[in-house]
Amino acid sequence: MADAAHTPNEADARAQFGAFAFSAENKKTADMYIGRYPAGRQQSAVMALLDLAQRQVGEETQTQGWLPVPVIEYVASYLGMPYMRAYEVATFYTMYNLAPVGRFHVQVCGTTPCMLRGSDDIMAACKNRGLVKGATTPDGMFTLNEVECMGNCASAPMVQINDDNYEDLDYDSMTAILQDLSDGKQPKVGTQLPGRHTVEPYGGATTLQAMVDKNHDYRGEY
Amino acid sequence: MLADKDRIFTNLYGYQDFGLKAAQARGDWDKTANLMKAGQDAIIEEVKASGLRGRGGAGFPTGMKWSFMPKAPTPERPNFLVINADESEPGSCKDREIIRHDPHKLIEGALIAGFAMRARAAYIYIRGEYIFEAKVLEKAVAEAYAAGLLGKNAAKSGYDFDVFVHRGAGAYICGEETAMIESLEGKKGQPRLKPPFPAGAGLYGCPTTVNNVESIAVVPTILRRGAAWFKSFGRENNHGTKLFQISGHVEKPCVVEEEMGIPFRELIEKHCGGIRGGWDNLLAVIPGGSSVPLVPAAMMMDVPMDFDGCKAVGSGLGTAAVIVMDKSTDIVRAISRLSYFYKHESCGQCTPCREGTGWMWRVMEKMRTGNAEIGDIDTLYDVTKQVEGHTICALGDAAAWPIQGLIKHFRPEMERRIHEAKGDDMLEAAE
Repeated sequence: MADAAHTPNEADARAQFGAFAFSAENKKTADMYIGRYPAGRQQSAVMALLDLAQRQVGEETQTQGWLPVPVIEYVASYLGMPYMRAYEVATFYTMYNLAPVGRFHVQVCGTTPCMLRGSDDIMAACKNRGLVKGATTPDGMFTLNEVECMGNCASAPMVQINDDNYEDLDYDSMTAILQDLSDGKQPKVGTQLPGRHTVEPYGGATTLQAMVDKNHDYRGEY
Repeated sequence: MLADKDRIFTNLYGYQDFGLKAAQARGDWDKTANLMKAGQDAIIEEVKASGLRGRGGAGFPTGMKWSFMPKAPTPERPNFLVINADESEPGSCKDREIIRHDPHKLIEGALIAGFAMRARAAYIYIRGEYIFEAKVLEKAVAEAYAAGLLGKNAAKSGYDFDVFVHRGAGAYICGEETAMIESLEGKKGQPRLKPPFPAGAGLYGCPTTVNNVESIAVVPTILRRGAAWFKSFGRENNHGTKLFQISGHVEKPCVVEEEMGIPFRELIEKHCGGIRGGWDNLLAVIPGGSSVPLVPAAMMMDVPMDFDGCKAVGSGLGTAAVIVMDKSTDIVRAISRLSYFYKHESCGQCTPCREGTGWMWRVMEKMRTGNAEIGDIDTLYDVTKQVEGHTICALGDAAAWPIQGLIKHFRPEMERRIHEAKGDDMLEAAE
């Protein structure tokens, strides 16, 4: 469970988001998610709908979105479940933001496999650009958080910014990524090591070389 | 070394397209209906005979797990297959590669496994942070539906089967099977008491089997090539091939499919370019993801990387997430950071875990700086023993074991820090 976020005043949130409703397109997506579960089990879709709602708030506010109380209420009533059950879900899972975040949500992995490969340097690169852990920069651009293992351990250290992962980072490449984002440019997603494709050993795969250039079918060699 | 032709995940590195056409050209979805023709019990027997043990960490025999499912489910109470793609164990990064580069192996496996256990549908629970991976998986599932490989009369087998993707939202505990079921039902991911086991009452109270991504994705290849082929790799009780994920202080961290039981040294030399700074620079290894105790360098060198091999050195294979630490590592900090992880991820349901993980982390931080008493080490050890085995799920155990491993193997280092912080120069004076 995440440390308690500084949730904004509820009256303000109600004034701003009291009339929240899914856009026509999101309503379609929401109903598609609900259709994945047996009849009467629509509560199963609460996680997907909270994510959808958060993304819509993000679009409306030009940020990565968050979940004000009236938005959670909307999702709960959309699914016919008590508000408290939806609120429990929103507070239990770390990806739901209970307070506003910036345009770029910088989530640096700090768990041991990334720590061993230098996540301290990645944090330092963020701090030296004025980012503060658990806070948003005054211009509303960057929110910095340290997160737990993101499952990119063979290309550590890594950061997830919005929906993209940047892997095999060091101080300089992290600084460059933040600079690009500030400048409105899209940095290269994935590994930052020149010549590395994904999670093969750096410098060339030790196995499955036949796959590098063409879609090799190994069945003829059985 | 395992030959490329015997590797299951041939597009592991994503050099080629993940899509249906490319996957079929590599051999996926090849006459799936014929494999299913053998019948449900024959498939379960074949998987049992292959010696496949669950790849999610616990190593429970997969075929046996399937055989616990009711043989005659009713429409009101159908069987469900839940596929655990909530890969969150620090060090683990294999399911991500399967899902983003070879998703059709997983989807075909879901159909075959679901058929064998007489399930009506499979839910693939993918961790929320795998945003890109979930998009790939959704695309691959949609492709399979469009090609008639899922849905009514799936792959022309005469069997109706659905596969649904369910995204998590950031909670390590949802990797625990009953927490995953709670989460699928739209609740907080807090584990349930067992019994009843999921095979009796799982998702929506219906019989449910939860399997790891890798366990399911290897099934089509096992059936195609035969149980004997899969069993020919590895030692007795530890058969097959396995995705190893090597992170930390090796020259070239990577994910690689190898034969079960490959000696640790060979794994590192062949695929990772050796230990950073050479073998003399190796300090310790966590061989199976953060939940298993660390093993000091001297004990680790020749360990066969399989369930029994890692168990013999007081640790475990877990998910085969090998975290390597060289002598530059602040070993107390490395373990303390894991303690923080467990504190962060405790679901808060059981008191020993909720209170214990926070307490253990705070004391570990004192150990890191040496701001403690020698006796605190024993107190810490006692507390880990009080958390271990006293919680509903295994997160309490997982939080306790890394600390126990540290105390067992690095107690002198912990004591040295305490002496140093006190300015205690008695040790030097005695020389």
